[in-house]
Amino acid sequence: MCTIVPISLTVGANRIVPTIAIPHPLGNPSLTLEEERDIRRNLVGRALRALETEVTEQTVFEK
Amino acid sequence: MLKVVHYINQFFANVGGEEMAHIPAELREGNVGPGLAFQQAFGDEAQIVATIVCGDSYFNENMEEAQKTIINMVKELQPDLFIAGPAFNAGRYGVACGTIAKAVKDQLNIPVLIGMYKENPGADMFKTSLYVVSTKNSAAGMRDAVKKMAPLALKLAKGEKIGASSEEGYMPNGIRKNFFDTERGSKRAVKMLLNKLVDKEFETEFPMPDFDRVAPNPAVKDITKAKIALVTSGGIVPKGNPDHIESSSASKYGKYDIDGVMDLTEATYETAHGGYDPVYANLDPDRVLPVDILREFEKQGKIGSLHRYFYTTVGNGTAVKSAKAFAAKFAQELKADGVDAVILTST
Repeated sequence: MCTIVPISLTVGANRIVPTIAIPHPLGNPSLTLEEERDIRRNLVGRALRALETEVTEQTVFEK
Repeated sequence: MLKVVHYINQFFANVGGEEMAHIPAELREGNVGPGLAFQQAFGDEAQIVATIVCGDSYFNENMEEAQKTIINMVKELQPDLFIAGPAFNAGRYGVACGTIAKAVKDQLNIPVLIGMYKENPGADMFKTSLYVVSTKNSAAGMRDAVKKMAPLALKLAKGEKIGASSEEGYMPNGIRKNFFDTERGSKRAVKMLLNKLVDKEFETEFPMPDFDRVAPNPAVKDITKAKIALVTSGGIVPKGNPDHIESSSASKYGKYDIDGVMDLTEATYETAHGGYDPVYANLDPDRVLPVDILREFEKQGKIGSLHRYFYTTVGNGTAVKSAKAFAAKFAQELKADGVDAVILTST
């Protein structure tokens, strides 16, 4: 899970989930605590889906 | 006189550190920061007419918009050369330098030159499409960088023929240059072999490509039964950073017990990372290491369990060699502990 996807692609990560911003990849301080948790829940859920998905090459899980 | 436009980040423009990394691109007249050394090296052959200053976070988080704005600035100025950096080992700065230089080259057909350390992620991304001068890993290498970049910059601006990477100081870009060596091949080969036999340095004439790729692991069969571990390069550590993990160029990683920890809070955890504004991660470390959500998922049966330990280091100018060594070590522990999958978060 990372904000700058091109770096993760360069270093060779195979399952990549793009995140929000460099100083807060899994949060957004401009939202309420609950809204922030929703975002985080969604991103971590996507990471789990990525882990459950067979891939044959570097894959970015945009959704 | 040749016209040069220089691109630098907020740090080298003396605007500020990470707390100012969000500033959008702005145009300044003449040279700024490291531009002075370039201007001196150019003498009266070229002049830095303008400097574009942009925050590293802003550029990387708003790539399309930042590129559009900067391209318009450069277009207006019509320089003979666009130079960016040097970025040394600053990852986001290196990526920004490469991205904008490539856009200037491709869209405006203006010669470009950038410089950075060989392990900067921007180096691998751009060394085959741009001239990337190899610099030292920190700003202490500025003089050396300018000494290598300035002459190559002038050659590019004048449209002169560019020699081999070993002569000009740019990173090998995969394009061969023919030349006559003073010694014939057999002699060079034997010399190399003799050096190799006594563990002396030698430089191969046929380097192997450096593809750091691993085959993807198979998918986790049933995530609801899986033991998931958290690993981060975002520097999250228990409050007070008990193992003193360095804020940059980390020489170690930490392993911390989160048995019973349901939520990372300002009072209990923080970030040791010195390469991004730490305010948001310190207020709520779950923003980097999502322990709260994984606990929730664990409770709801969406995952089997969250592994008892998380592993952490600071991915800020940290040598690739160190990072590989850390992972080689703790991956064995993760395997021995029966971890099925790892979520690695980075900033």
